[in-house]
Amino acid sequence: MFDDTNLTQLIFGRLSWEAIPHDPIIISTFVAVVIGGLAIVALITKYKLWGYLWNEWFTTVDHKKIGIMYIILAIVMLLRGFADAIMMRIQQAIAFNGNEGYLNAHHYDQIFTAHGVIMIFFVAMPFVTGFMNYVVPLQIGARDVSFPFLNNFSFWMTTAGAIIIMISLFVGEFARTGWLAYPPLSGADYSPGVGVDYYIWGLQVAGVGTTLSGINLIATIVKMRAPGMTFMKMPVFTWTSLCTNILIVATFPILTATLALLSLDRYVGTNFFTNDLGGNPMMYVNLIWIWGHPEVYILILPAFGIFSEVVATFCGKRLFGYASMVYATCVIMILSYLVWLHHFFTMGSGASVNAFFGITTMIISIPTGAKMFNWLFTMYRGRIRYEVPMLWTVGFMVTFVIGGMTGVMLAIPPADFVLHNSLFLVAHFHNVIIGGVLFGLMAGLVYWWPKAFGYKLDDFWGKMTFWFWQIGFFFAFMPLYVLGLMGVTRRVSQFEDPSLQIWFIIAAFGAVLIALGIASFIIQLVVSYLRRDQLRETSGDPWNGRTLEWSTSSPPPDYNFAFTPVVHDHDSWYDMKNRGYERPLAGFKRIHMPKNTGTGVILSGLSIALAFALIWYIWWLAAVSFIAIIAVSIGHTFNYKRDFYIPVETVTATEDARSRLLAERI
Amino acid sequence: MTDKTHAETPDAAQFYLTEDHHPEGSTMLGFWLYLMSDCLIFAVLFATHAVLGRNYAAGPSPADLFDLGLVAINTAMLLLSSITYGFAMLQMERNAKAETLFWLGVTGVFGLLFLGLELYEFYHLIQEGAGPTRSAFLSSFFVLVGTHGLHVTFGIIWLVTLMVQVKMHGLISENRRRLMCLSMFWHFLDVVWIGVFSVVYLMGVVG
Repeated sequence: MFDDTNLTQLIFGRLSWEAIPHDPIIISTFVAVVIGGLAIVALITKYKLWGYLWNEWFTTVDHKKIGIMYIILAIVMLLRGFADAIMMRIQQAIAFNGNEGYLNAHHYDQIFTAHGVIMIFFVAMPFVTGFMNYVVPLQIGARDVSFPFLNNFSFWMTTAGAIIIMISLFVGEFARTGWLAYPPLSGADYSPGVGVDYYIWGLQVAGVGTTLSGINLIATIVKMRAPGMTFMKMPVFTWTSLCTNILIVATFPILTATLALLSLDRYVGTNFFTNDLGGNPMMYVNLIWIWGHPEVYILILPAFGIFSEVVATFCGKRLFGYASMVYATCVIMILSYLVWLHHFFTMGSGASVNAFFGITTMIISIPTGAKMFNWLFTMYRGRIRYEVPMLWTVGFMVTFVIGGMTGVMLAIPPADFVLHNSLFLVAHFHNVIIGGVLFGLMAGLVYWWPKAFGYKLDDFWGKMTFWFWQIGFFFAFMPLYVLGLMGVTRRVSQFEDPSLQIWFIIAAFGAVLIALGIASFIIQLVVSYLRRDQLRETSGDPWNGRTLEWSTSSPPPDYNFAFTPVVHDHDSWYDMKNRGYERPLAGFKRIHMPKNTGTGVILSGLSIALAFALIWYIWWLAAVSFIAIIAVSIGHTFNYKRDFYIPVETVTATEDARSRLLAERI
Repeated sequence: MTDKTHAETPDAAQFYLTEDHHPEGSTMLGFWLYLMSDCLIFAVLFATHAVLGRNYAAGPSPADLFDLGLVAINTAMLLLSSITYGFAMLQMERNAKAETLFWLGVTGVFGLLFLGLELYEFYHLIQEGAGPTRSAFLSSFFVLVGTHGLHVTFGIIWLVTLMVQVKMHGLISENRRRLMCLSMFWHFLDVVWIGVFSVVYLMGVVG
């Protein structure tokens, strides 16, 4: 019936052996990944860990384990994203005087796109979501999130997105469009290959997870707070999480819809963002930034929350200006929706529109400045302990203010016409994302690590991590400010003017320092694990904390709290300690908990198949996997037995074990 | 009830509850939040239609294409289905399983009629050469109306699933909660359709 080509096309779509890249860099990476992957699989099989991983981790609905898995995903993807970064830095440092460097333009364009996409969607987002998942239920005195299964599903959808992006490294190619894939460049005419399709489907699949986890955490914070915890008694991190999740629910659907329209242009031939038949590419730019600007606040607000917790704890004081901190967070949340146009002042909206968005942008610096002063005033006359989380916080306060000021410079439309699309912009957003988000996440990791694992992280390697990152950041990005002011544009792989080279070499040196920072970070994790007995932390409250998560054991039991706490103050654990709280030792009851389920993993696997099929035009597989997704989802709703009770004996045994640990300390 | 009192005036000396704490259910709030996120998807499509809806690219305009009579019948189908869903919920309150199922079935039939008319309209337009690739106006028309239709399709699949579950397990609390969620979803689609009808069809033809 079919000749050979037709049959192959029917089965494999546009997938063929040609799709496997022949570039030696990619082939060697591929070989290394395969060997590494096989080694991990072999080790897991050898130590018979598959059952443990499946039962205790993959299918878990425990918000703590899901939070940890999010952060593992983020750290793995950080390594990939950083590999892209240092490749770009080396390329730009050597591609002068007719030397083309070692990356051709085709490859280089994929690398800067992948770097941006991975760092935002698969490093910063899962890292932030991981912390919110782990910490928020503990801070509000809840036993889990509102929708535990949905939480597991969200995690696996995010992971599926990351896997789709990773597949593009070895099968086909990735987008060469920059991280927001503006049409018409990303349209079917100029990007006919699979790169943009990988981009679209990777983000769509992950976006489902992000939106659902946003809904889940809002419902959790609104409905599951412990008795007595009014909104104005919530810990600041919970407040920032609430605002972040509201932003997620209010913006990610816009990204989903925008990418859906782009994919219709590519797959069906509609004319939303085309240049002909009435399409309007500027519509895409507006829509994508209506999502994109709130997105950066989605990332930074939880980081602000972490700094607030860290400052209050390590200065031994109540946070200065709690109420103003809450209002500042809410104001930032609202304003973040009113500034999107500052990303394209040069697109030609006219002076009045540009002026409006320039002014709203500058106004955001007011609540942000208020926060900065609140942290400073908390430190003022505090008993500051310069533990590692506090180092990150002080580093942030210095670094972020510089980034904020260059941001205000970019907010001035006439100045933006000079700085637009230059390395000055690249330096600015790395300044706020590394100096703000990443420093916050690192502070949070050291701060909450003992809570999650029962031992502190090694101090020396923690300080090495901090100093390498801090100094490396300045070496890597200050030269980019200079280059940007000299007019060098972003996303360029080769240069003509030899006088620029020294700045790129300095930036590459900075990237090497950051590489050492990442190495120190991994060494810190390994060393701390090996020395875990010396670093053991049995009190549950290693830093003399102030919020409810420190009232539990480290790590907390599955049910978090044997008895639901009653809250009287926003530093509720500090209040409890001060007023002679005694841990209940008897009268435990059985505890109602949700059951694990494998549905999230299965749906995520099917989504990967669906995305892969759509990317490669394998229509039969797309249809099969889509129907399977519907069938599995419906099948899941026929299971009504989703909960169980932790028997009272188990609760009593767990709590008694903790009593013995606490007794040993005295 | 004791929990409620604690939530309002916690006793200063009390640090934990000795009784089980039952936070009120989050499902309705969560589902409502989901609906708002879905509403934003429609907002994007409406905005796109507002921007691109007059870009006919020398092709047909709404006045050339739309048969308002057909759309009026279509609208009536969807509005009636909302009313019959309301009847189903009233029967659910009375704990009358058979009547609930009956009205759910009627709702499904109206939903199918709505979808059938919509598909007929789409088919007819494409036959006339006014498919989604003809102009930006038609792209945004097909995608806005089609996305609504897709939602109705999933609503019907969900409706059938729930009818099976009510038949199997009766009007237990889980099923009541699910029927409530679908009710919100169904009425939400009705509201969106009123927007589609006014903005796309009426303003398209008249404006």
